[in-house]
Amino acid sequence: MTRSASKSRIRPERRGHYAEFIFALRTTIPVLLGYFAIGIAFGLLLQRTGYPWFLAPIMSLTIYAGAAQFLAIGMFAAATGMFEIAVATVLLNARHVVYGLSLLDRFETAGKFKPYLVFALTDETYAVLTSVRPPPHLDGATTAFYISILDQSYWVGASLIGAIAGALIPVNTAGLDFALNALFMVLLIEQWKSARSKIPFAIGGACGVAAYFLAGPGNMLIAAIISGILVLLILRTRLPQNA
Amino acid sequence: MHRLELGKALLATGIMAAVTLLTRAAPFLFFRRRKQPPLLRFVESYIPPMMMLILVLYSLKDVPFARAPYGLPELLALAIVAVLHLWRRNALLSIFGGTLFYMFVVQTNLTAAIF
Repeated sequence: MTRSASKSRIRPERRGHYAEFIFALRTTIPVLLGYFAIGIAFGLLLQRTGYPWFLAPIMSLTIYAGAAQFLAIGMFAAATGMFEIAVATVLLNARHVVYGLSLLDRFETAGKFKPYLVFALTDETYAVLTSVRPPPHLDGATTAFYISILDQSYWVGASLIGAIAGALIPVNTAGLDFALNALFMVLLIEQWKSARSKIPFAIGGACGVAAYFLAGPGNMLIAAIISGILVLLILRTRLPQNA
Repeated sequence: MHRLELGKALLATGIMAAVTLLTRAAPFLFFRRRKQPPLLRFVESYIPPMMMLILVLYSLKDVPFARAPYGLPELLALAIVAVLHLWRRNALLSIFGGTLFYMFVVQTNLTAAIF
């Protein structure tokens, strides 16, 4: 994605952003598949806990964090206290701080889109935004906005469908959520090809595997991120400084 | 049922939304309008590749590797995604190919015939 703030300022306001929208639509199809599968499951589960149909889409509109929302189903069902819910959400979402850190520059030039881009920064959107580079004739900020808002619309739509009609869906969608695994794999390969140093991948791999075994599946993400950043900082002087 | 009543569930939703937004906005609030230290530039360029590998591993965290079929469907499907992508570099083809393979294996319980 381009970092040219000046370019986005001189673009004509009424040009329309058809090309950016189409690019974002094509780029986010894998997210559509994955969010569709997981979002329907979320809506269905929440509705089965005994809540009215509108709670699922409200949560997807306002919270918009998949892992936290699944955690919420269990916490709501167990009548967990508000403070505990808040603490659990902080712990689960701490990784978002890291996402923001690596997008400070990019979002600084996003102008009016910045607040929404920050709000809608999920794992999947972060992965797409940091791996996919739109062709130079497209406006970077607009494309990022479309990618973000399309991703959320898939999520909200799927949780609404799940809450209203999840049990009625005739197609067997078992395994469809693998689209997100596949998406991460594709984005990994893209990053691999454009990376100057492969060391960060090795660090991520080692810390991910170590965190899985030492911290367990439930805590592996935050454990892997924190240990990975520490190792990155320790090896700082041995990595190319202007990658 | 001892679940939260709807009003409290909505309140909890509001709290979770605020907390989530705070975690996402924190770096932008703390580093706004300040000249970025070189350390931050370093973090910016090296976290995404590290993070992507962690996310690939994280997306496999619930796979039961310890019992049959030992995560074979997931690993095979990921291998198909990788091979397709290295071959044609068409993201949709790679993702559809791997996902369809995975859905086929899971829905037909193909691995049960092997193990």
